[in-house]
Amino acid sequence: MTRFKDAEHLLRLALVFAAGAILFIVFRAVLVPRSFGQYGHYRGNAIAEIAAKQPVFAGHQTCESCHTDVLEMKTKGKHAGVNCEACHGALASHADDPTSVQPPKLDTLVLCVRCHAASSAKPKTFPQIAEDHNAGLPCETCHQPHSPQISAEAKR
Amino acid sequence: MNITRRQLLLLLPAAAVAWESVLAGTPQASPNYKLTEHWWGMLIDISKCIGCGNCVRACATENDVPDGYFRTWVERYHVSDYELANPIVDSPDGAKEGFPPLSDASGKYFFVPKMCNHCADSPCTQVCPVGATFITPDGVVLVDKTYCVGCRYCIQACPYGCRFLNPKTKTAEKCTLCYHRITKGLTTACCEACPTGARQLADLKNPGDPIHEFLRTHNVQVLKPHMATGAKVFYNDLDGSVR
Repeated sequence: MTRFKDAEHLLRLALVFAAGAILFIVFRAVLVPRSFGQYGHYRGNAIAEIAAKQPVFAGHQTCESCHTDVLEMKTKGKHAGVNCEACHGALASHADDPTSVQPPKLDTLVLCVRCHAASSAKPKTFPQIAEDHNAGLPCETCHQPHSPQISAEAKR
Repeated sequence: MNITRRQLLLLLPAAAVAWESVLAGTPQASPNYKLTEHWWGMLIDISKCIGCGNCVRACATENDVPDGYFRTWVERYHVSDYELANPIVDSPDGAKEGFPPLSDASGKYFFVPKMCNHCADSPCTQVCPVGATFITPDGVVLVDKTYCVGCRYCIQACPYGCRFLNPKTKTAEKCTLCYHRITKGLTTACCEACPTGARQLADLKNPGDPIHEFLRTHNVQVLKPHMATGAKVFYNDLDGSVR
């Protein structure tokens, strides 16, 4: 009898541990999102949440589905590889609602120089212009931005 | 309201099913996109970069990057003769407005666009104590901003300096490789805006992607290969002075 006198203390201790373990399991089940660990040590649903954001740049395929005339002119010229939104800016809003959202008018004096201002840091094969090239005139006076090379007839 | 034992026993499984769907959260956003069919990277061709800053502006527009912080930026290297180990690098406002004219035209100059390398064995995901940053099964390193506690470990861990703490949300932020675009079949905003094709999104799991032919036929490097990060941003024509 004296041998097991303190067994009750052990039982209480075991109950406290059991209660703690149950609480841990319950809290973990409630607090850890179900998708945690789906692909690794992170919340799997985060992937879908990040992917759900809407694009701001529509992508040139979207532009080209309507503006076929520009595409045709562009593919023949030197700017064939330049995507629409490289110059016109992000226009997914215009693609979603073409009538009410109009693209802003561009200033060629600012825009063209961004790429074509002469700098010896640029690749040698890239067409570059000196500051006095246009005498202050806007670029589109001579160059059509979608196909910028001046034809032999126009030069005359 | 009185509920008999029989009714309660019938209600419990129904409640369990309802709770299950609550815990499951939002469903997959792009139903036709298979995570296991892609392994994303990028190709940057130094010999094509003109330092216009279009990529930096496009990234800021697409991803609401706060002013003064960058998910991608462009550096201008100036290497004078015999000074290969000590290049002079400038990147005014991340090249958001391009570069000022050269003051000293001696030596060689070139532009190096920088961004997250979406490392296969990235140091940043290894140090995150809460599982807020991770690499997706399709090879993109992302941040779960609802889990990030803003401890900045990952910002220190990144050998490429590609992360920052968003001053508004106080969570770590970085290039997502425009994950919301590539999962919809679009290219990234920086690639879309690059006028010379110096940046190309690459799907390394797609055998039809031109990246494979390019890697075979060009002298391509990654940044800091000695750090064994498994970087997936490949640079063509990279000068030895680039850090």
